Parts: sequence; structure tokens; C-alpha cells
Amino acid sequence: MPVNVRIPTPLRKLTKDKDTVQATGATIQDIIDSLEKQYPGLKERLCDERGELRRFVNVYLNDEDIRFAQGKGTPVKDGDEISVIPAIAGG
Amino acid sequence: MKVKHGFFTSLKCRECGRHYPKEALHVCEFCFGPLEVDYDYDLIKTVLTRDKIESRPTTMWRYRELLPVEGEPTIGFQVGFTPLVKADRLAKRLGLREVWVKNDTVNYPTLSFKDRVVSVGLSRARELGFEIVACASTGNLANSVAANAASGGLKSYVFIPADLETGKVLGSLVYGTNVIGIRGTYDEVNRLCSEIAGKYGWAFVNVNIRPYYAEGSKAMGYEIAEQLGWRLPDHVVVPMAGGSLITKIHKSFKEFVKLGLVEEHDYHIHGAQAEGCAPIVNAMKAGTDIIKPVSKPQTIVKSLAIGNPADGFYSIQTMKQTSGWAENPNDDEVVAGIKLLAETEGIFAETAGGVTVAATKRLVEGGRIKPQESLVLCITGHGLKTQEAVSGKCGEPRVIGPHLHEFLALLDRKN
Repeated sequence: MPVNVRIPTPLRKLTKDKDTVQATGATIQDIIDSLEKQYPGLKERLCDERGELRRFVNVYLNDEDIRFAQGKGTPVKDGDEISVIPAIAGG
Repeated sequence: MKVKHGFFTSLKCRECGRHYPKEALHVCEFCFGPLEVDYDYDLIKTVLTRDKIESRPTTMWRYRELLPVEGEPTIGFQVGFTPLVKADRLAKRLGLREVWVKNDTVNYPTLSFKDRVVSVGLSRARELGFEIVACASTGNLANSVAANAASGGLKSYVFIPADLETGKVLGSLVYGTNVIGIRGTYDEVNRLCSEIAGKYGWAFVNVNIRPYYAEGSKAMGYEIAEQLGWRLPDHVVVPMAGGSLITKIHKSFKEFVKLGLVEEHDYHIHGAQAEGCAPIVNAMKAGTDIIKPVSKPQTIVKSLAIGNPADGFYSIQTMKQTSGWAENPNDDEVVAGIKLLAETEGIFAETAGGVTVAATKRLVEGGRIKPQESLVLCITGHGLKTQEAVSGKCGEPRVIGPHLHEFLALLDRKN
């Protein structure tokens, strides 16, 4: 099922400067694998050696932080929007 | 002639250690970890001594080798070196022997510790060639960016939640800056600013200039150590919003030890947040370093109402490494804390100061701070900025006519 994934500036070199890309899958994990197939190298940037999401990578599914859903196992449905956002500072 | 020095060498990722050039970058391209300024401490050690520091003007720039600006600072040269007040009356009320208040309510020019970070951030932004500066803010940072940009002749935009205290909104508008109120929480303002920073070539002090900006907070720690007579205290209590200040106080103490400016000493750094928005305290108390964001902060302490603190993880590390603790007093305790500090020491702090005092009270009652141990409270902003918090809670003036008999009657009534 296709969903839109918003790509932050630091990763756009891998997505040929596209700020939104499409990916398919039933869970966030599938989406990450789908992204890796289209844009090799992307998974390594999002996940550590153990395959876990890196600490400072925030993934939002329709504005909801997936760490408070089911993490990488969070189900994804058609038309969902996923955003990948780096953490930023206070003020 | 401007002399460029090589005391700060590069930016370095805190997570994976990759090095980056000294540009307007804040996130590691590889792992998204935050970038931090790296220094040549061996070089700094050869030039920075107690005597040298003491011979310089009483501003935060007396520690300039440890602040990431290449030439002379061009903005905020008068910032810092606020009073460290020996707070004996407060100590008595808390049941402690030695209490100090680091009083940044009188920082120059906008009465909060944010003048420190902004002085560094804007000086560095100008070195990097920026002409427009900006920030996402809960109020104090906006005030400071607006004022310091005005004095430095830079154009500025400040982005704030639309429902901030009147004093903090006016305290930005007066400088002729562009104030953009966002209908949303600070975290929503922050996300928007991250997108704007990516789109325009502006210097967002707490986004793309963040590695430099954040270092300015270290000066608060350096000053504490110097003003204590070149020693470190047993305890420090620090308010936490995004969690940057607490990590920089820790860093400043470690740097002073590394440079031989103070003796090594076991110190404990404690963090304070308000109950209605305490993601870092909650994680600390739950024994985890995974921060659960607060999506709808509900507290009078708006300056600390950051639901998704970027430095939360490192704040937890700071408290753990120093065997510190964390407390999250409620709004009533915060108001009582503001009044306690005002009535005992004559210092009117904003709500964040009330959080710090109230958290300290809990730490003492819980046995985390012992009576014979020394303590410094970081009081970071002035109470005139958040008058709504205590308005109607300090009594009212008793009004009489200009006649002696009325005054005498009033005294009689009281007695």
C-alpha cells in the first residue's frame, strides 16, 4: 500500500533531492525496507547496527510519534503520511 | 585587525563522533545525532589561567577561549557575570548551611540566561555571514534575540506560541522585531521553524546555529565556579525545558577540571520541571532514558513547557553521571517557590525560578541534599516577565486616603 514519506534535508542527497517519496508496506518496518530498496543507504541512516531506529531519528505517522504506538511494528494503511524529523533544541 | 584563533576546531557528532566543518550545521548527516563544538583543550590550557581570567572585564567573555566565536564577539559583549548571591535566609528556611543563588534575573540586556546563548549565537551567525536571525521560543529567547539583533543591526524574526505571557510578547515587540505567534504548542513552533530554517538562509539560533548557541550556557557554570572562589559546589539545581542548560553546566565543570582551573570534586546536578510538563523528570523517576513526549503541556510555567525536549537524553545522562535527581513540583508549589525566594532574598524570579526553588525543597525533604552540603540554585529569568503567575496571589495593597488618622486606623486593624 503506497504512503507518502517526508524526507528531512540531511537525507535528501540519497533521495535525489526529493522531499517527499512514496513507499509501500504494512508496517513502518516494511516502509523502511521499501525505502532502502529504492534509495540504497537510507536504512543505515535511520537504523543502527541492530536494526533499531537511531536515538535522534523521530518518525511520525500522521503526526503521532511511532515510539508511542508499536515502534517499527506500527501498522500503516493506504494514504498515511510518514515524517522523518531530526530532534531540535529548546528555547 | 581581527585575530582568528584556533581554540575551537570543528563540529563533532555526539553520537557517532564524525567531524564536520565549523559551519551552520546542527545535525549529523549520518546518524542525526546533535553536533557539538570541539575544542583544542591542550592549546587552551597553555593560555587560560585564573590570573588571566581575573584580569579581564566582568562579563561572560572573560572565558572566551571556551566559547565558539573565531574573532572578537560582536554582539552582547556586556552579557553575564551576574551576581552569585549568598542566600543565608533562604538556606535557613530550607534547613541548609550553604546556599547560593546564581541570579540571572539581572542578566544583560533582557533579564534571563538566554542572553548568554544569544550573544554567542548571534556573534557566530554574523561571522558566518548571516544577516537575518531567528528563533523558536517560549519567550525569553525571543526577547533576547530581538534585543541583541536590534543592538547589532541585524534583522530578526521570532516565532512563539501565540498564548505567551503579555510581558514576554511585549518584551519582543518593543525592539521592532518580527513577532510571529503560532496557534500551537512550543513543539509545533519548533517543527515549523525547522522547516523554515531548511527553506530560507536564515540563522535560527536554536536550529542551525544551535551547536554554537548552546555553548553560551557554559558561562553560567564557569561563573559559578569562579565566584565560589575557584571551587565546585556539592549540588546544583537547574531548571529543564529542552534540557540543554543542565548538560552545559556539567560540561563547564568538567572543562574547568580538565584545564586545572578548579580541583576535582564530586558534585550532583539535579533537574527541575513543572508537573504539567515534566517529560525528563518522568523518565528519570521511571529509571529510563527514553523520553515520552508530553503532547499538551498544562502548567503556568510556560518557559519550561517543551513537551519533546531535544536534550532530554543527555539531561538524564548528566543527572545519572553526577548521582543527581529530578523533581517536578506542581503549580502551587511553583508560586510558593517564587514567593519564598522573593521574601527571603529579595529576588523576583519568573516561573522557572519557582520550579527550581520548589524542586530544591523537595530534594532537601527527600534527603537528596544534606544540611551540611553546599548548594547553588540556577535562577534563570526575571519575575516581571511572568506576572500573571503570581498576580492575585501576593495580596493586594490596602488603599486609604492621605490622612494620618486613616493610616493609624489601618495599623490598629492589623494589630
